[in-house]
Amino acid sequence: MSYLPHTASERERMLAALGCREIDELFTDIPPRLRCPQDLGLPPPLRENELWQLARSLADRNQDLDHLCCFRGAGAYDRFIPAAVAALANRAEFLTAYTPYQAEVSQGELQAMWEYQSLICNLTGLDVANSSMYDGASALAEAVLLATGVTGRTTVLVSEALHPEYRQVVETYGAARGVTVETLPAEQGCTRSRETASLTERKQPAAVVLQSPNFFGILEEDTRAIGEFAHAHGGLLILVVDPISLAIVASPGELGADLAVGSGQGLGSPLAFGGPYFGFLAARQEFLRRLPGRIVGETVDSQGRRGFVLALQTREQHIRREKATSNICTNHALGALAAAVYLSLLGPAGLTEVATACWRNAHYLAERLGRLRGVELLFPSAPFFQEFVLRLPGRNPEEVDQAFLRQGFLGPLPLSRLLSDPKWQDTYLVCATESRTREEIDRFIQVTQEMVA
Amino acid sequence: MSSTNQGADGAYPLLFERSVPGRRGVLPPATTVPVAWNPERLPASLRRARAPLLPELSELDVVRHYSGLSQRNWGVDLGFYPLGSCTMKYNPKVNEAIAALPGWQRLHPYQPEQTVQGALQILFELERDLCALTGMAQATLQPSAGAQAELLGLLLIRAHHQHHDPAHAARRRQIIVPDSAHGTNPASAAAAGYEVVQVRSNDRGLVDVKHLKELVGPQTAGLMLTNPNTLGLFEEDIETIAEIIHAAGGLLYYDGANLNAIVGIVRPADMGFDIVHLNLHKTFSTPHGGGGPGAGVIAVTPPLAPFLPGPRVEYDAAKNQYHWRAAGPWTVGRLREFYGNFGVLLRAWAYIRSLGAEGLREVARTAVLNANYCRAKLQDCLEVPYADRPCKHEFVASAREVHRRTGLHAQDLAKGLLDRGFHAPTVAFPLIVEEALMCEPTETESLQTLDAFVDALQQVVHLAYTQPDELRTAPHRAPVGRLDEVLANRHLKLRWLPDPPATGPTAEGPTP
Repeated sequence: MSYLPHTASERERMLAALGCREIDELFTDIPPRLRCPQDLGLPPPLRENELWQLARSLADRNQDLDHLCCFRGAGAYDRFIPAAVAALANRAEFLTAYTPYQAEVSQGELQAMWEYQSLICNLTGLDVANSSMYDGASALAEAVLLATGVTGRTTVLVSEALHPEYRQVVETYGAARGVTVETLPAEQGCTRSRETASLTERKQPAAVVLQSPNFFGILEEDTRAIGEFAHAHGGLLILVVDPISLAIVASPGELGADLAVGSGQGLGSPLAFGGPYFGFLAARQEFLRRLPGRIVGETVDSQGRRGFVLALQTREQHIRREKATSNICTNHALGALAAAVYLSLLGPAGLTEVATACWRNAHYLAERLGRLRGVELLFPSAPFFQEFVLRLPGRNPEEVDQAFLRQGFLGPLPLSRLLSDPKWQDTYLVCATESRTREEIDRFIQVTQEMVA
Repeated sequence: MSSTNQGADGAYPLLFERSVPGRRGVLPPATTVPVAWNPERLPASLRRARAPLLPELSELDVVRHYSGLSQRNWGVDLGFYPLGSCTMKYNPKVNEAIAALPGWQRLHPYQPEQTVQGALQILFELERDLCALTGMAQATLQPSAGAQAELLGLLLIRAHHQHHDPAHAARRRQIIVPDSAHGTNPASAAAAGYEVVQVRSNDRGLVDVKHLKELVGPQTAGLMLTNPNTLGLFEEDIETIAEIIHAAGGLLYYDGANLNAIVGIVRPADMGFDIVHLNLHKTFSTPHGGGGPGAGVIAVTPPLAPFLPGPRVEYDAAKNQYHWRAAGPWTVGRLREFYGNFGVLLRAWAYIRSLGAEGLREVARTAVLNANYCRAKLQDCLEVPYADRPCKHEFVASAREVHRRTGLHAQDLAKGLLDRGFHAPTVAFPLIVEEALMCEPTETESLQTLDAFVDALQQVVHLAYTQPDELRTAPHRAPVGRLDEVLANRHLKLRWLPDPPATGPTAEGPTP
């Protein structure tokens, strides 16, 4: 298959215009000894029909969530996505554009990003937002680096209940810059202000990082107090949030956060085996000039009409090079666009319905599972959103996975897959989003009951 | 344009200006579980006072809004997009159709291996094929973009030095980048905690080898280089450069932004590079999405493989099964959640499968033919430095003469191109060429398109000398006139605020 347009005679004409007889003459600057062999061991080319057949057959080797009923979350959620999201976000004019360097012919993208920034500010209750990061984890890492820059400190205090992969990414980004990541212990799945008080005093961290709902699904109750301790000792509060939960849960702004980050996957990005999603990053006004990444600003055109351009570009790598606030260039604009479409389609009432449906489904499921003999709710008194942790004493994760798969479920995530501490050995993170029906939940309860019987 | 897409003052309406209180769009799933929502069940400190202020629109309102916005946006599917170093080639539709299959879209990242064998096979084959094309031993598909791959590459350099010479690793604090380098190179080096040292270009537009020799020493951690460079010129002294860096104990990093010129023809490993990053959204045709998502890949020589992040996919031939293998003990760590931008990786896999090695080689040859053809045609109207030898996939023209005689800038010529139905080349980069217009036609553009572009640019240059004011105020036929960037930065308006703004910057909407 080929996407090359030239006919043989066109190629001849072009070469003639260059005074050449062969395309090879354009490669004389490459020393012949550096040329690679013709056969690189790649598979032979395919025509479109052959490629399609091959891709279909490989896709069929997967069991996707149209065939498995999903009770697994842990940072990626099986959400309802209105058909209009892909239909609009994937319009070719958006899909096949690049970063809007020529603003006058990129007003669609720029306005959509400016509106996206506004929506993220409204959701998080913070003052400013950039126009997207790669994902939630790297957004957090950038927020941590921002905090170390603001405070001139190198220690960050990270809740034990943070998603372990987020923690790992913070460590990777931080290691290069001499940032030490210290753990803020969780007690019964929650991060407590008592612990924080003594630790912030001793460690004088650049920031305290909390996730709410946290990795175990729990809504952190002490967030405001923890933020106050952080502030009292000259540090910042960084909150990792689920944007859907923000329809019903106090916003990072209300809770005193300086920076809020999170994964935008739930806002219209399909699961797609882990990506692409996007990350969002919002902050209080005072941190604006330290934000990483693209930010769109409103302006006027030569006729005085409203228009949009990339603003504050002097923070960015293409202008500032090694003095830039971050090295990010390409971001995840398409995911942010999908999120803006998603939020517009749902509106405040729709988003609230999604959030309350998650809450109701998960609470119904937890109440029923909690009644089963052989099933133990690990943190029964903690407030949660759409996920909670079970203990299934004496079951091994492989068995549990297989038992659920046999009945057509992607069951809960064995926490031992991500957490090495033996205390998580027979624990499982269960998730019920708005996509689950009562029938599916009841059947899941029944399968669990049969398994533990 | 429909009247609903035209505001009173001629501006395109905002989402928020279309909002009508109480209007609903899509209704989400309704649950019927016998547990009612009650805010009282949340601790008081955790309750949101009011629902977030989101627009209230019908589905059709939203469809019209974004359809109208899309009509105010330029993409490759509409026309020529010769943005230099961005490789804005055609994004094949079959790859989109493949990526849209539920068998990929509806996969949870934490599914058991047995349920995702097809997805694991894609990752395995893509890593294998990209290693073959770069001559490298192993790769990670994790980085989300080129810049994140650069950061990873630099962390690998640091890990290598710490592992092999821990006593002197701290001394290796400098990364060398050419003065023609992409801005991400120095920014990534700084993000990885390195000092940035700039090596000059010589009068042939190539790395000044003599200067490089002066710069290297026991403080050198490595050199980041794109080849061909941002002038579109092949670094002919690459073997000498590699020798100099390696002799000093440093590593050589290949910035793959410009791989489209040489894919299938020269492998970075054969040029002496130790680490390679690839932008799959450039050479491997995945759509740029208005600024992402892309995907970066880092491929390395065998000694660097132990430092790669994990997990990676392995194939068990005996069982005919693919499985995850966690990162080893020397890994520099994870860069993102889950495994990488799978949807992007899948499209790149499809592209490679459709072309094969021979097809990819033709891609490079045609990209180079197109760039040289454009360059030759433009030499009558614009200065083209370093034109004593063929360029590769791109070239940089200079509007220096236009500027000297008219006061116009390269950006003014760019705006004139917008009026003639073309996206502009990259403007004012690389920094070492005055009034630069960096032009990368790519291989998928036809002779007719290239000729029309050359004509348009010639007209614009002619206009510069005859009616400069016409260009100073251009564009005149775009959705908006010239935008005031100074105003945008002086009076920052970075979000919508309700009118009147009495409710403040963290305003909330009505209680649901």
